[in-house]
Amino acid sequence: MNSSLILIIITTALVDNVVLSQFLGICSFLGVSKQIKTSASLGVAVIFVMTIASAVASLLYTFILEPLNLTYLNTIVFILVIATLVQIVEMFLKKTAPPLYQALGIYLPLITTNCAVLGVALTNVQDGYGFVESVVAGFGTAVGYTIAIVLLAGIRERIDESAIPAPFRGAPVVLLSAALMSIAFMGFSGLSF
Amino acid sequence: MYPVLIATVTVAVIGFVMGMLLITVGKKFKVEVDEKELAVREYLPGNNCGACGYAGCDAMAAAIAKGEAPVSGCPVGGEPVAEKISQIMGVSAEAQEKKVAYVKCLGSCEHTVNRSNYIGIHDCAAAVSSGLSPWECDFGCLGFGSCVAACQFGGIRIQNGVAVIDRTMCKGCGQCVTACPKHLIELIPAKASYAVRCSNKDRGPVVKKSCDVGCIGCKLCVKQCEHDAITVENNIAHIDYDKCVGCGKCAEKCPAKAIEML
Repeated sequence: MNSSLILIIITTALVDNVVLSQFLGICSFLGVSKQIKTSASLGVAVIFVMTIASAVASLLYTFILEPLNLTYLNTIVFILVIATLVQIVEMFLKKTAPPLYQALGIYLPLITTNCAVLGVALTNVQDGYGFVESVVAGFGTAVGYTIAIVLLAGIRERIDESAIPAPFRGAPVVLLSAALMSIAFMGFSGLSF
Repeated sequence: MYPVLIATVTVAVIGFVMGMLLITVGKKFKVEVDEKELAVREYLPGNNCGACGYAGCDAMAAAIAKGEAPVSGCPVGGEPVAEKISQIMGVSAEAQEKKVAYVKCLGSCEHTVNRSNYIGIHDCAAAVSSGLSPWECDFGCLGFGSCVAACQFGGIRIQNGVAVIDRTMCKGCGQCVTACPKHLIELIPAKASYAVRCSNKDRGPVVKKSCDVGCIGCKLCVKQCEHDAITVENNIAHIDYDKCVGCGKCAEKCPAKAIEML
């Protein structure tokens, strides 16, 4: 049991990295990765939201949608839950940590429509994960997201200080770096257990 | 039971529960917004032009309410807004001069010699990057209207190939100043009565060949001015508005008629 949970974490965080292998949540990945500090805060927010969203989505699915034969409604119900959760996180941050709230800016509400969060909830259902596995998978995916965004932020901080050819400055070089990171992460797909 | 009914009711109930949850949390974590901030925001223009240096009117209102920004910090609103805000904040407004944009070029079609016909993207920055100037003068207004597009208040129009600013419409936000690739637009005090309407840094004879209203840097205006308000630098006259009294002697004597009465 324990080893399978660890396996889920490794799979979701590294092998099937949500950003670099599944290409979900690209918007905030590129948008908030200018500074390591901000991107790490967003990562923490995503970990929080994704873990809770996975838990609630899993509970809703098992105890409401499945008994009522309404599993086809999972997308709309999950969106509802995730939107609410992000709103709550936003209010919570606004009250308790205003600097963090301002640093995350527009991207916090963007988690609402972040396909990564919805993607995790839907993948959990697809893979037939139970409650514990869902929570672990959500947590693992979010950790993967955080790893990816913090890595990119680190690269971007260095890019800012180096001489980049004029046509590549700004977005192009960031996209290229992200692409190279994605190729690097493909190395994990060779891992076998 | 109808499956549709079950589905609808289920989603409705979930939505209702989530809504109630949001309301509860919203009340619990309500952030007290400074009343002053709201009142100040009320009087700011709300264009979010960023001319004050803050990220929009909301950020400016917050800064004023905290006392970090001066009550007269909004260049668009000018004195009337500063007065109202100072009443809210309970401090006297330091009188802030209202500024308006001014195009330092008079090179319209009849004054400036045409060199080439630019056919391409109708935009000043694009024309500049093509390296070709439609006019013999390399410093003058291109007349493709990048400033017109930048102006949120409809205060600029292109007349005879040169940008003209309607001083009654101008709010002094400075958007056109940054939009002009030739750096021709400057913010000058609204009450200024004379201005040099040329930016040509070439020497006199070269200017003469390209434009008949260009400043040739002859310094006649400097000699005329009794208040030392005019200086000539890089072959171009410049008026210091702190010293200018608006007597108009410079404009009278200017051989090129490059100093304009506003």
